[in-house]
Formats: sequence, structure tokens, C-alpha cells
Amino acid sequence: MSVPSETFKSLVKAAAEQVIASAPELTSLDQAIGDGDHGTNMKRGCEAVLGKLDAISAQPLDEAFKMIGKTLVMTVGGASGPLYGSFFLAAGEALSHDKHLPEDLADVFGSAVNAVSARGRSHVGEKTMLDVLVPVLETLKSAAGQPDLIARVRTTATEAVERTAPMQATKGRASFLGARSVGHVDPGARSSCVLVQAVCAGLEARA
Amino acid sequence: MTDTVGIVIVSHSSDIAKGTADMVRQMVGSEVKVAFCGGNPDGGLGTSVPLIIDAINAAWSPKGVAVLVDLGGAETNSEMAVEMLEPARRDLVVVCNAPIVEGAVMAATEAAGGSSLAQVKAVAEELSAD
Repeated sequence: MSVPSETFKSLVKAAAEQVIASAPELTSLDQAIGDGDHGTNMKRGCEAVLGKLDAISAQPLDEAFKMIGKTLVMTVGGASGPLYGSFFLAAGEALSHDKHLPEDLADVFGSAVNAVSARGRSHVGEKTMLDVLVPVLETLKSAAGQPDLIARVRTTATEAVERTAPMQATKGRASFLGARSVGHVDPGARSSCVLVQAVCAGLEARA
Repeated sequence: MTDTVGIVIVSHSSDIAKGTADMVRQMVGSEVKVAFCGGNPDGGLGTSVPLIIDAINAAWSPKGVAVLVDLGGAETNSEMAVEMLEPARRDLVVVCNAPIVEGAVMAATEAAGGSSLAQVKAVAEELSAD
């Protein structure tokens, strides 16, 4: 099995456009507990990806993921650049080493999540994007092959974002706020959810 | 001139990066190569991996380069930039856990005396010790 390049291209386009559309919300969440640039940074990175989309989707899948990662690294301008960049670079690297989509989705996603954790020296429970990515990974593993996998992933991601609100940040800029970070949804968790939901919606539309 | 460790200053603000570099130059003169960058790829507040890579290469010395950063994103982007250098240079660049202004001045002063990269990093990081 393999992912046709048209499918890949449409999913990347949908995800990037959804992040761009969510930029004002991401910025407003980041103004509450960060430095208020998460929306504009992610928008800049996603616009750069869209600008290269034809070249990206002409590559083999592993190289396409790496190009997305490198583009985000070079254009985002905040910590989210290396974090999301490492996610896609590691996914591409996994695909270069005998992993295939869609059958190895959980493995590939797991490699990508590990790369985010290593890059940010962070773990689940610290009010970061990992608080969405790790639960999604767990659902990808536990519900692999189930007919309702996509619906379960969507529910997991939405619930996981809300669970970041009562958390106290110990990593990233929000950690400077200490207890004052409590009560706000984490902007990185929210952008991860936006990406996951956009890809799920794209897959549902194709099902 | 003998080789000295190069210094790179990475701030979210190009003004802070430039001001810090000015202070370093005034204190240690031109014995040490100092490069700086600040601002995101659009010129707003933030940091940029390509600009950090350029700065590291501009301050390059066979003895290595010490990078001083301000806030979280500058550190993460600097670490990413180091990994994207050509392989022969990667192991000769360190990101210091030190306050940017004081760290840059201390690191440059230590570098000017011909110290190793490890010594330069250690002196800068003493500022962060309890």
C-alpha cells in the first residue's frame, strides 16, 4: 500500500490552510500565556509550505515529509519551527527506513512524537503540544485497524486540548507564568489539534 | 593572530543582538570573531534558523563557536541550526546556558585569552550557577 501523491497533497493543503485560518485564535491563546506570536509564526510556516506544495508533493513520501519539516524549521521563527519541523523530519526519516503509510501510521507518528519530545526536552503533562500528540499516538495504537479510528482520534485530540487548561506549564515561555498559566488552553496543544483535525477531516472526505 | 573561539549572539530582537555585540566588541576588541542575529524571517521579534546558521558560519573558528541566546525559542532554533550545519562543524558549536549579555561578555573575554570551547562555555555558564 502507499499514499497517492494527490491524497498527500490535499491533506497537506487542508492542514496548512486550517492552521492559517486558526492563526488569530492561536495568537490570542499565546497572548494569554506566551509571547503572542504562535499564530503568526505558524501562519508564516504554513504559507511557506503551501508555496512549495507542488515541489513537495512531487517528491517520494519520505522526502516530502522532510521538505515540510525543513521548510517549517527555516520559516516559522519561533520554537514551534524546530518542534513541528522535527516532527515532520522524523516522520520522513521513519519512512526512509522501511516504514510505510498508511499501515505503519502509529510507528511513524510515534517516531515523530519522540522527536518533538527530544527537541523540546519535554514530556506529557507539561502543557505543551505533546499533551495532544501523545494521546493521539496512544489512540492510533489502541484503535489501529478499527473502523472508527478517525472518529476516535478526533475525539482524543479535542479532549486532550481541553485537558491542558488546568495544567501548570513547566516548559516553554508559559512556564515563566507558573501558576498563572493555569486556566488557559496551551497554544501549541491547540495548533497540534488543528493539524490532527484537518487531516482527519480530509481523510473522512475521501472515505 | 592565533585562533580564538567565535561568539554568536542570538536574540529575539535585532536591537538587543546588535547592542550585545557592540558591548562585547568594546570590551574585547577585534581579537574574537563576534556575529549576531535577531528577529524572525519577516523581521519581527523572534529568531530565524537560516540567520543563525549564517551567523555561526560568519563567526567560524577552527576552535569552535559559542552561541549565547535570550529566550526559549532562540535556544531551540539555535540547537536546530547547529544540527543543520555541515557535519564537520556540528560538534564544534555549543549553545551556552547563560544570560545573553553577561554570558557573551564573559565568553568573549575568556575566548580572547585563547581558551578552548569547553572553557569558554564553562565560564559563561558559571553565571547561571546557583
